[in-house]
Amino acid sequence: MEELIEKLKKEVIEQLNLEETKPEDINPDSPLFGEGLGLDSIDALELIVLLEKNYGIKIEDPKDGKKIFYSIRTMAEYITEHKK
Amino acid sequence: MELIVTSYCHIHEKKVVINDRLVFYNENILNFADFIKSVYKQEEINYPKFYKMDSLSKLGFLAAEMVLKEKPVTGYDSDAVGVVLSNSSSSLDTDIIHNDAIKDRTNYFPSPSVFVYTLPNIVIGEICIKNKIKGENAFLVSEVFDGKLLVNYVGGLFLRFGLEACLCGWVELLGNKYESLITLVEKADITSRESATGFKSLPFTIKDLNQLIEHN
Amino acid sequence: MKPVYIIADNIITSLGFTTAENVASMKNNVTGLKPVDIASLYPSPVILSRIDKEAMESRFLMVLQKYKKSSPLTFYTRLEKLFLISIADVLSKTEIIPADSRTLLVISTTKGNVDLLEERYKAVFNHRRLFLWELGRLVSEFFGFRNTPIIVSNACISGLVAITTAARFIHSGYFDHAVIAGGDIVSEFVISGFQSFQALSPLPCKPFDLNRNGLSLGEGCGAMALTSKPTGINSVPVRFAGGAITNDANHISGPSRTGEELSLAINRALTQAYLSPDEIGYISAHGTATPFNDEMESMAIGLSHLSPVPVNSFKGYWGHTLGAAGVIESVAAIHSLRTGDLFSTAGYEQPGVSVPLNVLKHHETRSIQSCLKTASGFGGCNAAVVYQKL
Repeated sequence: MEELIEKLKKEVIEQLNLEETKPEDINPDSPLFGEGLGLDSIDALELIVLLEKNYGIKIEDPKDGKKIFYSIRTMAEYITEHKK
Repeated sequence: MELIVTSYCHIHEKKVVINDRLVFYNENILNFADFIKSVYKQEEINYPKFYKMDSLSKLGFLAAEMVLKEKPVTGYDSDAVGVVLSNSSSSLDTDIIHNDAIKDRTNYFPSPSVFVYTLPNIVIGEICIKNKIKGENAFLVSEVFDGKLLVNYVGGLFLRFGLEACLCGWVELLGNKYESLITLVEKADITSRESATGFKSLPFTIKDLNQLIEHN
Repeated sequence: MKPVYIIADNIITSLGFTTAENVASMKNNVTGLKPVDIASLYPSPVILSRIDKEAMESRFLMVLQKYKKSSPLTFYTRLEKLFLISIADVLSKTEIIPADSRTLLVISTTKGNVDLLEERYKAVFNHRRLFLWELGRLVSEFFGFRNTPIIVSNACISGLVAITTAARFIHSGYFDHAVIAGGDIVSEFVISGFQSFQALSPLPCKPFDLNRNGLSLGEGCGAMALTSKPTGINSVPVRFAGGAITNDANHISGPSRTGEELSLAINRALTQAYLSPDEIGYISAHGTATPFNDEMESMAIGLSHLSPVPVNSFKGYWGHTLGAAGVIESVAAIHSLRTGDLFSTAGYEQPGVSVPLNVLKHHETRSIQSCLKTASGFGGCNAAVVYQKL
């Protein structure tokens, strides 16, 4: 799990062009949206693409994104459960 | 009504000129991405969203930031300030990136953060968001810089539609070829003719715009 | 300020190739939105309003003959054909002379010939055709317009910006007449992009409805002739009474959370028209049927004290036609202004926005003097135009 979390941090930084953010700046339990990283609705859609492209996981209902993308850890947990 | 250019920024061929001063030149930088990042760092504009923009928006956004750093429009009502920009290639540079993402049906991942930039007026949106500008905006396309179109269009907005300040100009980018000229147009009778850095304003005319784009 | 009159118009969508054909279909509650499953267009089935290729080509052949052009059908792209059919129809209904130095051509499009980026077209068309000014030049030269066309590419408000720009240039005295044409086709480029935004509705779109779930794309083209010197008008004269554009300054894709900026554009257009909100008899809204757009529009309409005014969206008939939308929906709204026949909002069943609106559920006949057309788009842009019957 911790390995996946570190990998995800790097992928999120790359996919969302968070150029001035380093992996160690991201607390895996902190909320991704709202304060902190300053992510917005396009970033949420971009994370859906990331899951599909890098992990083959398709999120059919974008409303599910809220729970899945709450934090890096919730993302990692979802991937572990759903990876084919 | 006399309209004047109270601040301008011209970005072209590895150079950045603000109000007649060369503020950046690096002949060793070959590609646009490195060039624009160097300018962003040098100008110390702290705006992390900059990295999320496409190349066209980065170019227009930075040029506008530099214009407004010299002559802010914060004294005007947000809806009395407009943005009218033009270029030749529309958003073709980013269109190609989006198209590349859908070329291969077995590796088909169009990106929303790329697609949103496949409209040339997004650069206007970026400038408006950063500076809380809510007035008239338009993005026009012409083969080459068309000073007459801009002077007539923007002049009419001041004369009839209550505009008091307008960012106006050209933001062109395709691959590593780029040029941007953004000017701040204001009414001569309600603004000072000389900026804090000693730039004496120019008349907002076709001839003066053409000279700015040709001689810098 | 010189008054500007609308003297001729055209609409091309899957419902027909003229304003009359489109209006007749809508009257019969025909919608052009259908599931389309064409692998070369998009990998999976998608709801679209698509113009029939064969019908289009037979109309286009007539245009080629009329203008004595020897180029083969294959010389022109799909979008170029639509623009040429649409403008030819408008010119045939007016005495406006393209070669007159007092005549302006304004083109509105969001993506132009972007489909030419696809591999299958690379060997067929010169890459110059990807540039919007080249599209403008081809259309302009076809009819012999003397002045270089003005090309507007301002997302989904492009059509209204084009109309407003033309009217302003006539008001200012730079020109006496203008032809405005707006068009966009449905390509894999656009479908895949909106799909990545999760913005496409799995069923035909349902503007302002409680269960709306995204937009439906459509292709369309339309044209309008404006003049300050009307001669021989044989329909009810309608003038362009005011137009304004604003920016949300909030987000590049999400609309304003308050609707204040669209409301500001509406108020400015009304002020220019010397009209108060209670003098507006009908609103043709943008009504894309995305949850956020329709909600924002309802707030803006409320802020501008227009909530009781009958409002509709044409998107349920011909989808969201992007750069054509502002033009063809203005033409349809002007038709309603002239005839008093207001169209229902196809797809609408039950209220679904927080500020109550008077959404037209069925066709209605009302005598109206003025109407409002609005649009909003990516980049935070909003536009409002007022048309008035004289």
